[in-house]
Amino acid sequence: MVIESILGGGLIGFASIALMASQGRIAGISSIAYRAIFPSALEPWALFFAGGLVIGPLLLLATTDFAAPVFDGSWASILIGGFFVGVGTRLGSGCTSGHGVCGIGRGSARSLIATLTFMLVGMMTVFLLGLIT
Amino acid sequence: MKIYLSALLSGIVFGLGLAISGMTDPANIQGFLDITRDWRPHLALVMGSALVVSTVFFQLAVPRLKGPMFAKAFMVPITSVIDQKLIIGAVLFGMGWGISGLCPGPALAGLGYLEPKVFGFLVVMALGFKAADWLSAQMDLKQS
Repeated sequence: MVIESILGGGLIGFASIALMASQGRIAGISSIAYRAIFPSALEPWALFFAGGLVIGPLLLLATTDFAAPVFDGSWASILIGGFFVGVGTRLGSGCTSGHGVCGIGRGSARSLIATLTFMLVGMMTVFLLGLIT
Repeated sequence: MKIYLSALLSGIVFGLGLAISGMTDPANIQGFLDITRDWRPHLALVMGSALVVSTVFFQLAVPRLKGPMFAKAFMVPITSVIDQKLIIGAVLFGMGWGISGLCPGPALAGLGYLEPKVFGFLVVMALGFKAADWLSAQMDLKQS
């Protein structure tokens, strides 16, 4: 797991700088998802990046013994969590990729504060959920 | 053509990185956030490793480059204010991240697994985006 984590993280970092070096864009997936989903905000490069994002894991599935993860969380947690993720990343201008990888890498105080906040709140949320389940 | 191909390739590498590192599995995300029980520290390694690469590039290469290869300029956010929207947004995102074990990257990258829950997540996430646009406009009205 350690090697896979470091290698995977390196690829994520490399992909982020490749997008910046080629398009001049931040690899912030919440913003890319927005631009790929809503026709009024549509930007072709975002659609291509999002398409690539889907292809990446499929390549791994097709060429290695990598197994697709099991989603055993409840539908309620997926739907409630997904809504909060949508509101939060849009209102807060970013998620784990845009704030966590690109923002901190750029030395942005905004991104550092956002990342520390969502990590801390995420940990508190999982702790509290563990108490009631 | 080159501009779209480079975006596609960047996306593929990003998706590969997410899958290889186990970050498309919600159990690994919730395991990372579960510090008091059965902690899975891998997300820290993934993010640390990605950050080393992005930091070196943004701090050392970007200032020396004229601009991106296929676009006019580097488009980076210019706002530096730490405001209500940033904090409330990060708090709500943290809650949703903890509840579901997913964030936008792994959710999009997981589309190919053809798992109904991933589709469901993306649909409500899109609704959340629109709700945030409305909320953001309301907050602006209140300010002015």
